[in-house]
Amino acid sequence: MTSLASVPTTTGATLDVEKIRADFPILSRTVRDGKPLIYLDSGATSQRPRQVLDAERHFLETSNAAVHRGAHALSEEATDAYESARERIAAFIGADDGEVVFTKNATEALNLVAYGMSNALTSDDPKAERFRVGPGDEVVVTEMEHHANLVPWQEFCRRTGATLRWFGVTADGRLDLDPSVITERTKIVAFTHQSNVLGTVTPVEQIVAMAKAVGAYTVLDACQSVPHAPVDVHALGVDFAAFSGHKMLGPSGIGVLYGRRELLEALPPFLTGGSMIELVRTERSTYAAPPARFEAGVPMTSQAVGLGAAVDYLNALGMENVHAHENTLTAAALEGLQAVDGVTIIGPRNLESRGGAVSFEIDGVHPHDASQVLDDSGIAVRVGHHCAWPLHRAFGVQSSIRASFYVYNTLDEVQALVDGVRRAQDFFARDGVSL
Amino acid sequence: MKLESMYQEIILDHYKNPHGRGLREPYEAEVHHVNPTCGDEVTVRVHLEGSGADAKVVDLSYDSLGCSISQAATSVAYDLVVGRTVGEAFEVLAAYQEMVQGRGKVEADEDVLDDAVAFAGVAAYPARVKCALLGWLAFKDAVAQADENAPELEGQR
Repeated sequence: MTSLASVPTTTGATLDVEKIRADFPILSRTVRDGKPLIYLDSGATSQRPRQVLDAERHFLETSNAAVHRGAHALSEEATDAYESARERIAAFIGADDGEVVFTKNATEALNLVAYGMSNALTSDDPKAERFRVGPGDEVVVTEMEHHANLVPWQEFCRRTGATLRWFGVTADGRLDLDPSVITERTKIVAFTHQSNVLGTVTPVEQIVAMAKAVGAYTVLDACQSVPHAPVDVHALGVDFAAFSGHKMLGPSGIGVLYGRRELLEALPPFLTGGSMIELVRTERSTYAAPPARFEAGVPMTSQAVGLGAAVDYLNALGMENVHAHENTLTAAALEGLQAVDGVTIIGPRNLESRGGAVSFEIDGVHPHDASQVLDDSGIAVRVGHHCAWPLHRAFGVQSSIRASFYVYNTLDEVQALVDGVRRAQDFFARDGVSL
Repeated sequence: MKLESMYQEIILDHYKNPHGRGLREPYEAEVHHVNPTCGDEVTVRVHLEGSGADAKVVDLSYDSLGCSISQAATSVAYDLVVGRTVGEAFEVLAAYQEMVQGRGKVEADEDVLDDAVAFAGVAAYPARVKCALLGWLAFKDAVAQADENAPELEGQR
């Protein structure tokens, strides 16, 4: 058993983790015959504190109504709650209220941008012309994208005739920013802020500068960054950014699209219907100003309220503290796992420009099998390709094991992970069945 | 303990030393199946003699990437279907599928399932059922492609 004593135990100095854990009822349950739950899968979805659950319940028990329609008391209260959540979420990422659109999830937010842009090809709104892309134009993505910021652009290219180009990944898990990839033909650069597999934080400012130099739009997948560190979209200078509520202590069923105001005002709608219109006539309709233009139909409401409460919760902790806490856990995981013979980390092996997703392989033990042994010890990790199949291909691995950390995780849990990995090795080496 | 009951020795033996592995000629059909949630892959070829339920499975050859459960299940499938008729093989598959999808509530028939009964423990882990079925369902698909008169699998459409 390796000790993690050499890791600086700043846990507790920045976050009172025991107090935080008390806010998350699910963390006190046991799994698999009485094992305490060790939840290391927040990169897939995070758990929700009572404050978020209470906010949703309170809203539903006191003010529930369809927002932005009706003039009764509940309708007004519901609309206020919904818009107040938008204001707090916008402030959380350094955006203005009108720049935040609520979507079903981050995937829908990214599709909204891709479809809005390709709808520019058939739009008769002159403002939409700036988004027109066609044969000869190029869209740049990266090899470390989650499928959510990749497949929509493959489909976009199929619809528009544009060509998809790629930034590759280096052996140590960084983006290879080959300057020849972005050219005068580049119209869109879609990239992740933090790899959901490698944990790598990408040099956003540098990529934005490359894109701006050729007049290309930037679309940032911020799903793994906004929940874990301070993010200011205006300071980053990106044109669009997307993230999801359920990865940041909030509800599922709500995602966020940030778009620079000027661009949202010009972008054609994706989904059409109620709420998003200005005038509807039998012959044609005109559309509302953003963000309403991109929120067709009765929107999710208690989820918006819950996400607002999640942002309040994170603000109270302080995002710098959240980031520092995760750094402590990540450092311990990197050190502990690398001390195990046969374990290979996929991604950066130090904390430089790196977040708290740690993916790895164990020689001779398939990730699915390793996860089964970890699960038997109550440890929840993600296995598979984590919706990043091209990245796994680039690393020549079929799948991997990923542990991901959040505000409620402890160094003891990291130690349990390391012990669990050894147990998996022992289990599959048992009775001379050396694999 | 549940974990040991899933990873029975016989499963680990097949994983370590798979039977019949490798793609061979001749064959009438080849299929490629993927488990998109984990990326496990299998390519299966079948060589049949005859047609319909009485056709004989002369060979099942395969190449695969995946976890111990999916690898071992395909190896066991090779043992249990080669040399039998398609009708007999499908009878085993139907019983096997019922067992692994049975959430532990289905009594396994060892007379029919032979070594495949070792996969009974998988039924307790719904997330692993796809692993246990990957190679078998690829076999079924390959038979259907190889022979237009192939029988329906019992309980399936």
